[in-house]
Amino acid sequence: MSFTQAIFEALESLNGNKMRSGLTVLGIVIGVAAVIAMLAVGNGAQASITGSISSIGTNLLFVFSGSADGPPGGPGSGRSGNNDRPLTLSDADALKDPFAAPSVELVAPAIQGNGTLTFAGENSTTTISGVTPDYAIVRNMELAEGEFINQENILGRMSVVVLGPESAIAIFGHADGVVGETIRIEGQPFRVIGVTVAKGGGAFGSEDNAAYIPFTTAQARLIKRGVRDEVDVIFIQAVSAEAVPSASEEVSNIIRQRHRTPIGIDDFTVFTQQDFLSTFATITGVLTIFLGGIAGISLLVGGIGIINIMLVSVTERTREIGLRKALGARKKDILLQFLTESSLLSLIGGIIGIMFGWLIAFVVGKVATATGNNFTPIVGTDAIILSTSFSAIIGLFFGIYPASRAANLEPVEALRYE
Amino acid sequence: MDWVIEAHNLTKTYMMGEFEVQALRNVSFNIERGEMVSIMGPSGSGKSTMMNTLGCLDRPTSGEYILDGESVSEMNDDQLASVRNRKVGFVFQSFNLLSRLTALGNVELPLRYAGITEGRRERAQAALEAVGLKDRMTHRPYELSGGQQQRVAVARSLVNNPAIIMADEPTGNLDSKVGKEIMNLLLALNKERGTTLIIVTHDPNIAEQTQRVIRLRDGELDVTAEDKGRKK
Ligand SMILES: Nc1ncnc2c1ncn2[C@@H]1O[C@H](COP(=O)(O)OP(=O)(O)O)[C@@H](O)[C@H]1O
Ligand SMILES: [Mg+2]
Repeated sequence: MSFTQAIFEALESLNGNKMRSGLTVLGIVIGVAAVIAMLAVGNGAQASITGSISSIGTNLLFVFSGSADGPPGGPGSGRSGNNDRPLTLSDADALKDPFAAPSVELVAPAIQGNGTLTFAGENSTTTISGVTPDYAIVRNMELAEGEFINQENILGRMSVVVLGPESAIAIFGHADGVVGETIRIEGQPFRVIGVTVAKGGGAFGSEDNAAYIPFTTAQARLIKRGVRDEVDVIFIQAVSAEAVPSASEEVSNIIRQRHRTPIGIDDFTVFTQQDFLSTFATITGVLTIFLGGIAGISLLVGGIGIINIMLVSVTERTREIGLRKALGARKKDILLQFLTESSLLSLIGGIIGIMFGWLIAFVVGKVATATGNNFTPIVGTDAIILSTSFSAIIGLFFGIYPASRAANLEPVEALRYE
Repeated sequence: MDWVIEAHNLTKTYMMGEFEVQALRNVSFNIERGEMVSIMGPSGSGKSTMMNTLGCLDRPTSGEYILDGESVSEMNDDQLASVRNRKVGFVFQSFNLLSRLTALGNVELPLRYAGITEGRRERAQAALEAVGLKDRMTHRPYELSGGQQQRVAVARSLVNNPAIIMADEPTGNLDSKVGKEIMNLLLALNKERGTTLIIVTHDPNIAEQTQRVIRLRDGELDVTAEDKGRKK
């Protein structure tokens, strides 16, 4: 018998028992849809985190005070021991040395604290960062209007502020046309000189809800630190992506020298963007495998549904098999007939499952967007190929046992079967 | 002589747990091409076993069986399937039609397994016409009477132009009037086409109509009863 004929007959036979075929297909649909949706959510989470980490800067390194492996607290949690020396402006300046640190392109020290913005009776609490002009370049900041803090602002310790769009909206009600207005930060008057372009939520909290003022102004008037010229974090841009590891090395050496720490007990931590990326990639990777694995189990259960139904079908149709053999069907004809049926069941289930999984992923994305999360599930071709081939294999694999049972029936026995 | 069937010392033994059941014991006979033979005997005497062996549904435990010039005893399963497909047509007591298929679809089945695609439909239609079901071709079995269903089965048995048609109690599930019609159909086929016909039956009236009666008792040929000889 030809293959198209086998498919036609299989469809006819599956159609003859709609309820049963439908329920069996449903098992596969749920399994495949779950795999597609789960992988899409996992991939989406990964992409969203990767995206937000990339958006914080290019070829970026961070220097925090405190050691990464020293107890207690991790990177950025502040100094861990009494003997630790804080990072200072002179540390930052030393990193600008093109001979000691040839891989370093730009250095942007910052101090950060919380403060309240006020304008015409509207209040908003936000992160206030004292920064230098290079900060905008290092952190990939673009201005929707106005200008960023310049050297003149720094030298003059001027009372100027660049707002994130969310902060601007919080106190003005809108983010455009606010340059030139005067707001109060912790009660002190500041002139708005710029508004940044919205970046969306990120892995480090929203950069849109922020206010940037000149480093010197912050140091003198808003954010007090125990040590003179202390900075909270130094952002560094390496000359290229390839130079990030050597930049990390050079930065460590310079600060190690300046802080006179023995090798191995650093009182600071250098962290690269790549470190963040790989940390989060590991987490989301595990998450994706976990989700996909759970979904895979339901696909397996769907496959067991197929073997079950095919076994019932073979038993029910024992006489039919006997008759077909009497009329000249060979083993492989019967095998083909039942394998075609089981494969069709799982293939149909697979196709509907892909569409269904896609729909679920789409709805999840819509819900995420509606609730303000910048997150889009990604239905990858790999997931589609994976689940289609997986369901086809399931159809074949779980069809083989019932089909070979059918093919090996003795015609006489099968014809006698009641 | 032009023998369609040559059976030498056919023996069939079934194992029932510890016990051996000898369904056929050293049965030997020949059947001529175009002959019409009935097989009679009490229940359990081995009639069906004989039919299954002659129809290549089963292999004899020992003995030699030559069907239309081919030695069947040593064939494997797929070779047997091919022989059944080309040389044998079956008519069963319980019709054995596939309820999902139309009359036409049922009659086409042997042609499908023969790998015939060209003219398949036409041949099936011709076979159904030959059994008087020209206007029932697209009906499904449950839309047909018992007699009509058995006619479809007869059409199916002859569609491949087999050397021999085997009918195991073909009228067993039909009332006597319809049974007679089926018998007449088979007789006519034998006369018009010269198809060799073997009928298992309990009915002496049917046996009467055939040229020869082979009688079985406890798996052996009942020689004392084979007195009728050949009828003209
Ligand atoms: N598959 C089988 N397994 C065991 N014994 C069988 C089998 N088929 C038939 N027999 C036995 O062989 C003998 C002949 O059976 P059968 O050919 O069906 O007789 P008939 O058709 O004449 O009634 C019986 O005793 C029957 O029980
Ligand atoms: Mg019988």
